[in-house]
Amino acid sequence: MTTPTAPDLKCSGVCKNFGPVQAVADISFEIPSGTFFSILGPSGCGKTTLMRMIAGFEEPSAGDIFIKGRSVLNVPPNRRNVKMVFQHLALFPMMNVFENIAYGLRCIGTDRDEIARKVQDVLNRVALPDVGEREIHQLSGGQKQRIAIARCMVLDPDVLLLDEPLGALDLKLREAMKIELKLLQNQFDTTFVYITHDQSEALVMSDRVAVMNDGRFEQIGTPQELYHRPQTAFVAGFVGDSNRWSGKVTGTRGAEVTLETEGGTVVRSRPGDGTKVATGDAVELFVRPEFIELVHRTPRQKRTGLSGKVDNLLFNGANSRALVRLATGDLVEVDVTLTGGTDDVKPGEEVSLSWSTKNAVCFPARAAS
Amino acid sequence: MVNQERRLLPGAGSVMKHRDARRLSLILLFMPLALWIVLLILLPHIGMGILSLREKIGPRQYEFGLANYIAFFQEPIYWHIMARTAVISLLVTVLALIVGFPVSYYIAKIAGPRTRGAMFMFCLIPLWVSDLIRAFGWILLLRETGVISGILQWTGLASAPVELLYNDAAVVVGLVYTVMLFMIVPLTSTLDGMDDAMIEAGYNLGGNGLTVLRRIIIPYAMPGIVSGSIIVFMLTAGSYLTPVLLGGKYSSWFTQTIYDQFITRYNWESGAAFGFLLLFFTSFVVWIGLKLSGQSLSSTVARS
Repeated sequence: MTTPTAPDLKCSGVCKNFGPVQAVADISFEIPSGTFFSILGPSGCGKTTLMRMIAGFEEPSAGDIFIKGRSVLNVPPNRRNVKMVFQHLALFPMMNVFENIAYGLRCIGTDRDEIARKVQDVLNRVALPDVGEREIHQLSGGQKQRIAIARCMVLDPDVLLLDEPLGALDLKLREAMKIELKLLQNQFDTTFVYITHDQSEALVMSDRVAVMNDGRFEQIGTPQELYHRPQTAFVAGFVGDSNRWSGKVTGTRGAEVTLETEGGTVVRSRPGDGTKVATGDAVELFVRPEFIELVHRTPRQKRTGLSGKVDNLLFNGANSRALVRLATGDLVEVDVTLTGGTDDVKPGEEVSLSWSTKNAVCFPARAAS
Repeated sequence: MVNQERRLLPGAGSVMKHRDARRLSLILLFMPLALWIVLLILLPHIGMGILSLREKIGPRQYEFGLANYIAFFQEPIYWHIMARTAVISLLVTVLALIVGFPVSYYIAKIAGPRTRGAMFMFCLIPLWVSDLIRAFGWILLLRETGVISGILQWTGLASAPVELLYNDAAVVVGLVYTVMLFMIVPLTSTLDGMDDAMIEAGYNLGGNGLTVLRRIIIPYAMPGIVSGSIIVFMLTAGSYLTPVLLGGKYSSWFTQTIYDQFITRYNWESGAAFGFLLLFFTSFVVWIGLKLSGQSLSSTVARS
């Protein structure tokens, strides 16, 4: 056995090239035991390639992958104790539920009584004790999901990989499965590596999230860190909703940056963690709609913040938004509470917007974009 | 009453007309298929069935009876030939499956989209040439003065001309070649529908190549395997040209016996009975095959 402190999964300097295209570029990370780790990124960012390398279906072009402290570089997929839940689950339609789960145990030569016991045990744990004799097509979407997880968990893997398994489910079921997956992970106490392009899935379920873009990890952190302290413009824009403006720095004072957007709005903000901006730099500014305070403006009131006019209301219950057109022409999304009372903002109303400087984050604009 | 209703619903007349037109077009579209089934399949078989049940008791004197069928079982040569035909047909089917499966697997799962099209073409091209020409191709290769015999002599592996034609092996090789495509097409389409993730899942859960093939790929491809095998078996058992040309006059293929009854001996009654016996027998073999593989006719043939 290896040392108990070895992380369940460790990648160091992993690269993957497909011809001239670099799908995964120099990725290093460690996942401690029992973590729910998500890799979040837009489609085509290389997250599936990374997962396939961990599972052994692709060989890294450079770098090394360690499972429980042991390199798996030349270990074929069927000898790695990493199991995978596929995007479309890939349950075997010609076998019933019991046979699907027993398949892996048969491959390692478990005897019959032991197989029956283990399969029943794992079915109990995913709360589907009576489906063993059913055919796969008789299961509902959520049940299939749980069987796919049970099929992997019965083998007691070091790491369970999940490749966007909720993508095919409808919205209601997806919400329910998010919670269920988190509970299952707690129950099995196994390291889950979850791949998704849906930021809400990643934020809700994960202990730690890695945001991936263009084959690189932009930032690894807890969901709160990613949301409140993004380190790159990509993370700020990709995780959660944000108002986003391009602008130019007009002045800096301590940790505070004054900038002017392309529309001409002058805003104070703070530079993102670990970034530096100087006067004259092109920057991108991010302000989340829920941090903007919207106040009705009366003619007598002293003018604070930015003034504008409500263009439109987007009603969505607790997540309602107001679209405010600033005097300079910039459009701002603001979270508002619409109670149906007389205090609600109405389209056409004059309002003023304000936010605390620490909630307005700016990053140097990328030369490429 | 009817008139009143007509007046109440001003559009009713045109709706009726519209419905009639639709029914007519449906009947017209269905007609070629119906004619084909009735005129070319049903009627000849009924005629043959009646013919096969006529016993000849004297010149131009016939009686209803099963004598033609009984004759088949009383004469060992007939059912020996039938059994021989069945065994060789099964052998051809198995060989076609063994050769065809890797080809199909390559086309469906390994080849890129462009290679796939090219490979499918290569499988199809032999079909553009008639059966007869293809059989003569084999004759050119296999006969005493043929290409293979020549090469064997030239390399010194044989000292005299070698006759490779007119034996069972030549018949089997020729038949496998002729029917190969009918095995590859249903197999490829079945394998094509298989999600690659399923194979990867098979490995991921700890299976080696053999386990994945035996427990996942073959069970998944079973409908295609059975459907291809049925087509190949039926085509082989009912083939005439290839066994005659490559096996010689006495290759003892059952279709030859039927031909002899009709043409040489001018005994249509007996020939018709033999034709039905071949149909019953091959259907019976297919039925056993379906039972053994746990498939149904609708799940296999309908798929391909």
